[in-house]
Amino acid sequence: MKTVTPAAATGALLTVRGLEGWYGESHVLHGIDIDVRTGEVITLLGRNGAGKTTTLRAIIGILGKRAGSIVYDGVETIRMASRNIARLGIGYVPEERGIFASLTVHENLMLPPRVKPGGMSVAEIHTLFPNLKERAGSQGTKLSGGEQQMLAIGRILRTGAKLILLDEPTEGLAPVIVQQIGRTIQQLKAQGYTIILVEQNFRFAQTLADRHFVIEQGRVVDMIPNAELDANIDKLHAYLGV
Amino acid sequence: MTTIFGVPMQALFGQLLLGLINGSFYAILSLGLAIIFGLLNIINFAHGALYMMGAFVAWMLLTYVGLGYWWALGLAPLVVGAFGIVLERVLIARLYKLDHLYGLLLTFGLALIIQGLFRNQYGVSGLPYAIPTELSGGQRLPFMFLPNYRAWVVVASLTVCIATWLVIEKTKLGAYLRAATENPTLVQAFGVNVPLFLTLTYGFGVALAGFAGVLAAPIYSVNPNMGADIIIVVFAVVVIGGMGSIIGSVITGFTLGLVEGLTKVFYPEASATVIFVIMVLVLLVKPAGLFGRTA
Repeated sequence: MKTVTPAAATGALLTVRGLEGWYGESHVLHGIDIDVRTGEVITLLGRNGAGKTTTLRAIIGILGKRAGSIVYDGVETIRMASRNIARLGIGYVPEERGIFASLTVHENLMLPPRVKPGGMSVAEIHTLFPNLKERAGSQGTKLSGGEQQMLAIGRILRTGAKLILLDEPTEGLAPVIVQQIGRTIQQLKAQGYTIILVEQNFRFAQTLADRHFVIEQGRVVDMIPNAELDANIDKLHAYLGV
Repeated sequence: MTTIFGVPMQALFGQLLLGLINGSFYAILSLGLAIIFGLLNIINFAHGALYMMGAFVAWMLLTYVGLGYWWALGLAPLVVGAFGIVLERVLIARLYKLDHLYGLLLTFGLALIIQGLFRNQYGVSGLPYAIPTELSGGQRLPFMFLPNYRAWVVVASLTVCIATWLVIEKTKLGAYLRAATENPTLVQAFGVNVPLFLTLTYGFGVALAGFAGVLAAPIYSVNPNMGADIIIVVFAVVVIGGMGSIIGSVITGFTLGLVEGLTKVFYPEASATVIFVIMVLVLLVKPAGLFGRTA
């Protein structure tokens, strides 16, 4: 058994301890432990259904029922409503991207309220993703999959959130778009953002992350620093079943 | 006398005007229902009762406080809206996670209780409410006589509907409303207080009903059953327009009022059922309604 450091003692930006989560009656998370330090990019790796997306949903507080401890920036959030968790400075980019069909691209971009000072200006976001500027008046869901992903990330960057939860941002996208998303994440990391990335493609994750948490059946079964990823490649293949 | 298809012009335009008046009420009421259904997923059967309440508040303001029509037009929607906010907070908010049916049953029960209370107190014979002096009289147009108050009802209703539509489609507040209608969980995860939005939306939706009630008071007598009479037709309008479609409910409301008026001219026997026949046809061809989006 590994010993678990108490949440308060880690000095991390986000400390998750013994996180349990349910979808209705089914118990999905069985005690997740994760620390994320300020400015770090970590990934959650694991097979489909292991609990990666559920972990992100639990952190932002939109899972029906959760228990354990999630401390962000010194604040225990396990009993907080998701709107108050977001207001602490956590931005959520969901797997399905969550672009609103009844809003234009610009309205989608402007929708999430500013939660902290220091968010990007619209001009900066347009520099990062020029397509969003060209198509500002289009219906949000008329964008291509890659553009929708950029919009989903861009609108969070406006809010001043310092911790960004990115759920499979490259899923279903063309390689050239995947590269662009990868460069964006690197830029964000260089600007001091802290990022939790759920990713199926660990080759992509390897180019970005500091550490990788492997999740299996609702538990963290391993943590691999990025520098040791290649040395642990066989173990990882076994975890992921690839 | 001039006739069109054998019908006197006078009768035709008279019925068209009547249709437009009815359409004005259909439009405001179905607009409120559409907004409430879109965001709260509640089929608000209490809407008719709250429309009736708006008319009664106008009558009470005049009778007990001495405040006239123009005061009532501003105050009654506030009173009805505040009453709606209490209903939403205390009762309706408990049903969001349940099936539509529960909301329908609750609001239907509320409608019966509200109507019963007013019937107990004021009877069913109806109370008179005079047309404000500024709007009495009318215009003699070449083809018909246009009472000023009726023209005002159409203008006021159109104005309120268009203003509501503009707020929903063109403002930041409206963007929140549209987004929360699509995906309330995600909007909440962005830090927006969605429950507050639900409460205010219900309050606003029923305030529209209260406003319609004040408009109706001088036309129909103020009667505890006035809401129950109109709400069934309004639900048919909402179904035809498409549940949750804002602009659809307004256009459908006015159009069906006119269709009803025309039917009275050309085939009076069908005038009470024509809207329901149209509803059946629309449901057969476009189950989501004329302006509805299939989910």
